[in-house]
Amino acid sequence: MDYFLSDEQKMIVDLARKIAIEKIKPVREHYDETEEFPWPIMKELAQADLCGVYIPAEYGGFGGGVLDLVLVVEELCKIDGGIALGLAATALGTFPILLNGNEAQKKKYLPDIASGKKLAAFGLTEPEAGSDATAMRTTAKLEGDFYVLNGTKCFITNAGDAETYTVFAKTNPARGARGISCFIIEKGTPGFEFGKKEKKMGIRASSTRELIFNNCMVPKENLLGKEGHGLIIAQSTLDSSRPGVAAQALGIAAGALDEAVAYSRTRVQFGQPICSFQAISHMMADMATKVEAARALIYATARMMDSDRTKRTTKESAMSKLYASEVAMEVTTQAVQIFGGYGYSREYPVEKMMRDAKITQIYEGTSQIQRNEIALSLIKESAAKK
Amino acid sequence: MHFIVCIKQVPNTTNVQLDPTTNTLKREGVESIINPFDEYAIEEAVRLKERTGGKTTVITMGPPQAENILREALARGIDNAILVSDRAFAGADTWATAYTLATAIKKIGDYSLILTGKQATDGDTAQVGPGVAEMLDIPHVAYVRKIEEITTNTIRVERMMEDGYDIIEMPLPSLISVVKEINKPRLPSLKGMMASKKAIITKWTAQDIGADTSKIGLTGSPTQVMKVFTPVARGGGEKLEGSPEEIAQKLIGKLKGLI
Repeated sequence: MDYFLSDEQKMIVDLARKIAIEKIKPVREHYDETEEFPWPIMKELAQADLCGVYIPAEYGGFGGGVLDLVLVVEELCKIDGGIALGLAATALGTFPILLNGNEAQKKKYLPDIASGKKLAAFGLTEPEAGSDATAMRTTAKLEGDFYVLNGTKCFITNAGDAETYTVFAKTNPARGARGISCFIIEKGTPGFEFGKKEKKMGIRASSTRELIFNNCMVPKENLLGKEGHGLIIAQSTLDSSRPGVAAQALGIAAGALDEAVAYSRTRVQFGQPICSFQAISHMMADMATKVEAARALIYATARMMDSDRTKRTTKESAMSKLYASEVAMEVTTQAVQIFGGYGYSREYPVEKMMRDAKITQIYEGTSQIQRNEIALSLIKESAAKK
Repeated sequence: MHFIVCIKQVPNTTNVQLDPTTNTLKREGVESIINPFDEYAIEEAVRLKERTGGKTTVITMGPPQAENILREALARGIDNAILVSDRAFAGADTWATAYTLATAIKKIGDYSLILTGKQATDGDTAQVGPGVAEMLDIPHVAYVRKIEEITTNTIRVERMMEDGYDIIEMPLPSLISVVKEINKPRLPSLKGMMASKKAIITKWTAQDIGADTSKIGLTGSPTQVMKVFTPVARGGGEKLEGSPEEIAQKLIGKLKGLI
């Protein structure tokens, strides 16, 4: 389908595809097996200027928006859903600065992220605070010119490999949801350490660790926005970043579909290619239709966001992420089915795609949380009509 | 220093068609790419510039749409691009092509080193690079796999041989053709692609470079292609089955039948 992308966006797609096919495809199995962090690929992405497509030109980026980020992530994830996270999760860690940072903070942190010199990460989740972020226990206490942080964040993508972290902590625990604040914390700050690296089902090229704060002294000027605005920052960040997860899901699904169609044309059973059997071809028709529907929804959402950054897009972001991640799980499962026994084997890429797809239904808000967001928006819209 | 890279547009190899009247490759309407070996020459020129400073120029002789591969070279870090294009150049063989490129390079004037890919993937002759050097009356080394040292007036290179490599030093200006072992070409950057879209490409005709019309295009080409054909596909093999003794018997029978 033609989405009438601009010439610049077509270039972005072209370049991301080149990197995915020429640089990522030959090593995707390696990184999945070894769980190493794919630094050589990050370097390629940086050299190609793809790390900062969504960052304004005045801060060293390409000056595009969410759609540009979506295009990059989709193309990379068609080949590998884990390696792309170095870039995609950096966007998640960067949005709080982009959306809420003051001029000095933007000038200090964005150029290195835009150039790909540094990666970023987003620290919200805690062992006891997943879907319920307000249950977080990490605290930040103002002492002189510093906030002193104590607590542990978990399941943080890019943790350990990123240099710049946007971290949420309670500055006023008594105020509950309104007592949360957001900080920029640099790797190497005394009292800031990393916990164990998670062993995961999928996205194994992506690093996931704990962030441990033990009397970590964060300079006062690293507070993002105002004290107590943390939850609002987190919500606006997730509104902006969810299309990125949706794009990851979309890419994984589209990649699995490509593999399934190609395989079905070469695999011969009962004397004919299996694509000639309606049982297989109708499966693929449904897969392709859902992938295209997910793409249309994500692109429309991203365009809506890029056209007016002041407008809340909670509902549309949640819909994109919900639908694309469900499609990714379904399509990758079907792709494994089409491959049959070979699909279950690690010799072929589809089982990995299925493993990689699962996380998209979980992180940055589970599918259930997305449905809560969508339903809440519907009710609010309806109530506002009166 | 000034590094000039000669590149060629070639048909994407899955898609080759021949013109039955001239027996040359049909290029119009066929998707074209930078000759893959030339990508290494482009990368090496960019690296040389990063090493020594100076500027880089890419040049090609070809139809107007060859502009696309020049823009790609610009996106990969080359500074200037020249398209030598004229109907009169059509049908040029390696001799006429080398003459045309050499004449255009003479017009450029000042240069330190000319780089080419070792050969093009369509004609596979590997003649144009050395031909350009001969016509410019400068030294050349083909199949270079490494540039060991470059100074303002000399270059020392490793030439890949079947059984090892030669170390050769020659004065500048000179020409090298490079093999794929020399580097790993970088991909273009987004900013490079944006800039290359807007870049102005210099266009020269046969008249602009002052070419002798008897030496260009099909008329200037001593090569006469008598016949070009697609080889008949080889039939599948035959599998002899049975016990080793039976197979040996069958094989001997077949071999005897051939005598």
